[in-house]
Amino acid sequence: MSTDPAARAATTPSPPAPYVRIERLTKRFGDFVAVRQVSLEIARGEIFCLLGGSGCGKTTLLRMLAGFETPTEGSIYIDGVDVTGVPPYERPVNMMFQSYALFPHMTVEQNVAFGLRQDGTPRAEIETRVEEMLSLVKLDGYAKRKPHQLSGGQRQRVALARALVKRPKLLLLDEPLGALDKKLREHTQFELVGLQERLGVTFVIVTHDQEEAMTLASRIGVMRAGEILQVGSPTDIYEYPNSRFVADFIGSVNLVEGKLVEDEPDHVRIDCPQLGGTVYVDHGVSSPPDAQLSVAIRPEKLQLARERPEQPDNVLAGTVTGIAYLGDATRYLVRLSTGFVLRVTMPNVYRREEQFEQGQPVWVHWHASAAVVVMR
Amino acid sequence: MNAATERLAVRLRGLGAARSQFGRACVILVPYLWLAVFFLVPFLIVLKIAFANIQLSMPPVEPVVTWTADKVLQLRLHFSNFSFVFGDDLYIAAFLNSLKVAGISTVLALLLGYPMAYGIARAPGAWRNVLFLLVVLPFFTSFLLRVYAWLGLLGRSGPINDLLLALGIVHEPLQLLQTDFAVYLGMVYSYLPFMVLPLYSAIEKLDLTLLEAAADLGCRPTKAFFTITLPLTKEGIFAGCLLVFIPAVGEYVIPALLGGPDTLMIGRVVWDEFFGNRDWPVASALAIVLLAILTGFVLLLQRVQSREEEA
Ligand SMILES: Nc1ncnc2c1ncn2[C@@H]1O[C@H](COP(=O)(O)OP(=O)(O)O)[C@@H](O)[C@H]1O
Ligand SMILES: [Mg+2]
Repeated sequence: MSTDPAARAATTPSPPAPYVRIERLTKRFGDFVAVRQVSLEIARGEIFCLLGGSGCGKTTLLRMLAGFETPTEGSIYIDGVDVTGVPPYERPVNMMFQSYALFPHMTVEQNVAFGLRQDGTPRAEIETRVEEMLSLVKLDGYAKRKPHQLSGGQRQRVALARALVKRPKLLLLDEPLGALDKKLREHTQFELVGLQERLGVTFVIVTHDQEEAMTLASRIGVMRAGEILQVGSPTDIYEYPNSRFVADFIGSVNLVEGKLVEDEPDHVRIDCPQLGGTVYVDHGVSSPPDAQLSVAIRPEKLQLARERPEQPDNVLAGTVTGIAYLGDATRYLVRLSTGFVLRVTMPNVYRREEQFEQGQPVWVHWHASAAVVVMR
Repeated sequence: MNAATERLAVRLRGLGAARSQFGRACVILVPYLWLAVFFLVPFLIVLKIAFANIQLSMPPVEPVVTWTADKVLQLRLHFSNFSFVFGDDLYIAAFLNSLKVAGISTVLALLLGYPMAYGIARAPGAWRNVLFLLVVLPFFTSFLLRVYAWLGLLGRSGPINDLLLALGIVHEPLQLLQTDFAVYLGMVYSYLPFMVLPLYSAIEKLDLTLLEAAADLGCRPTKAFFTITLPLTKEGIFAGCLLVFIPAVGEYVIPALLGGPDTLMIGRVVWDEFFGNRDWPVASALAIVLLAILTGFVLLLQRVQSREEEA
C-alpha cells in the first residue's frame, strides 16, 4: 500500500532545498517564553509533525506560521519569501483549527467556498472546485447541511476541505484528529496521508500523540518547553533518540545511568550500577570520558530466556515480577538482583508457548546494537 | 447493590424527580402569576374602557356590562372609539411620527451601541467589568432626573451653549431644547443601555477563532466583520432593537420634556386624551392600537428570524 507510513518514512529521500525555513524564532508572552530560538527547515511535500506534551508551545509555533502571532524574534520564510510580518489573510498558508472553527451560519458548501470567494475566483470555478473538494473528502451529498447537522468526523473533513480548497503552499493542522474517537482516528490518519500524497501539499501537523506522529510524519520535531529537542524521521527518533527526554517521550524505554569505562571507535562499554554490570554497545559515542551518560533500551529489544544464553555481554539474571498479556505481545517486569526493574516486551509468536511465569528466575539478554547511549 | 436496595433507590430517585418537577413548576408559576396580575388584568381593564362610552362621572366611562332593570345582562361594545381614532389624521400622524422617531432612535442607538458593545466585549478582563458597570451606572439614578438633567444641559444658558459660545463656534445661544434633535438625543441616551447589553452578550459569545479562520482564508478584518461577526450577532441586534424600539414608540416623558409643542408622539397624545380631555375610551383605544402595532411588529420579526434559521 502506497500510504503505508512506515514504508514512506523509510523511502523518504534526504530533503531537497527547504521550502519553509524558520530561523531562531522566539515568542514571549510577557516574561513567559512560549517558543525559544526554534530553527527548522521543512521540505516541499513533506508531512512534518510537531510533537510534544501539552503547553510546550506547539500551537504557538503553528500560529506564528499562520500569522496569528507575531514572533518576538526570528523570521519565517516560505518558498524563499520572508513572511514574518505578513498578515494571515495575505499568507499562502491555510490552517485547520483544532476546534475546526467552521462558520455555523453557513452551509458546508459555503464554508468550503469561503476562501475562494475572498480571492474573487469566478463563480463557476468556485462551484467545480468546491464540488471536487467535497468528493475528495467523501462529503458529496452534504453540501447543503449546516455544521451542527454533521458528526464530528464529518466536521473534521469539512474543515480539511475548507483549508485545502485554496491549494495552499503550506497546510497547518492543529491536532487535526484530536476530537475523533480512536477507531475513526486511525482510519482518518491514513486518509490524511493519502490526500496529502495526492495533492502534494506540504503539511505541518501539531500533535501530542506520539503514535499519531509516527503514523503520519515523514519527519518529526520533538518539542519541550518551547524548544525543539530533536528533528528526524520516525525511525531516527525512535531508534536513535538524542536525549533522555526524547527516548522517554516516544514509546516505552528502560533508562539507566552509567559511566563510560571502555571507549573505542567501534564499541563502548558502560558501567551501569543500576543493572549491576556493564552494557556493551557496538557503536562509538562522542563524549568526554567520565561523562555521566544514560543508556536507553527499548523493551522489545530485550529478550528473556530460561537458560543462560551463550554470549559474553549484555546478559543479566532476574525474576519475573509482573506479566501483562496484551494480545500481540506480552509485557514482563523483571526485577534484577540490584532491585532495578526492567520492562521486557516479547512478541507472542507462538500460541501459549514459551510463556514465563510470575516469580520465575529468568535471564534477560540483548544484542549489542540494541542499546542507545544518550548524553542528556 | 442487591435488588431491594436498588428498587428503593429507583423509587427515591422517582420521588426526587417529582419534587424537582414541582419546584420547576413553582419557578415558572411565580413570574406568570406576576404577569397575570400586573399585565393581563390592567390590559383587560384598558380593553374594556376602549369599548366603553364616555360619560360625566368618576370614572368617566359608562360600564360595558350592565344588569338592566328587566333582568337582562347587557354587553355594549362601542366601536366608535376605534373608528374615531382611525378617522382622525392627527392620530394617524401621531402613530406614524412615533414609529419614525422610535425607528430612527433605534438605528442611532444600534450604530452607537454596536461599537460600544464590541469594545467592551473585547476589552481586557479587568477593564471589561469597569466598562460594563459604566453602561448600567445611569440606572442608579432616576430616569426622570436624568431627563431633567438634559433640560439643564441643553438650555439657552446651559453648559453646551456656553461652550459653543466660548469657542466662538456660534455667536448667540442655539435653540437646542424643544427640538427634534433634543428628542432623539434623549431617546438614544435613555435607551442605549438596552441596546448595549444584549449586543454585548452576543458579541462576547462569538468564538474568536472564527475570525482567525476567516483571516486565514484570505478575508480582511472589515469584510470579516460583515460576513462573520454581524451575522453571528444577529440575535443580539434583534433583541437590542426590540428593547429600544418598543418602549420608544410609546415614550411620553422624553418628547414631553425635551420636544417642542409640535413634536407629535402617541405617548403624548394618549396622555392628553386621558388627562386633558378626560376621554378615557379614546385614550384606551389608542393604547390598544399601539399594542396591536407593536405585537404585529414583534411577530413579524420573529417570523423573519425563524425562517432564516431554517434556511
Ligand atoms: N496568548 C497567550 N498569552 C499568554 N500565554 C500564552 C498565550 N498563548 C499561549 N500561551 C502559553 O504558551 C504556552 C504554550 O502554549 P501552546 O502553544 O498553546 O501549547 P501546546 O499547543 O503545545 O499545548 C502555554 O503555557 C500557554 O499558557
Ligand atoms: Mg495546542
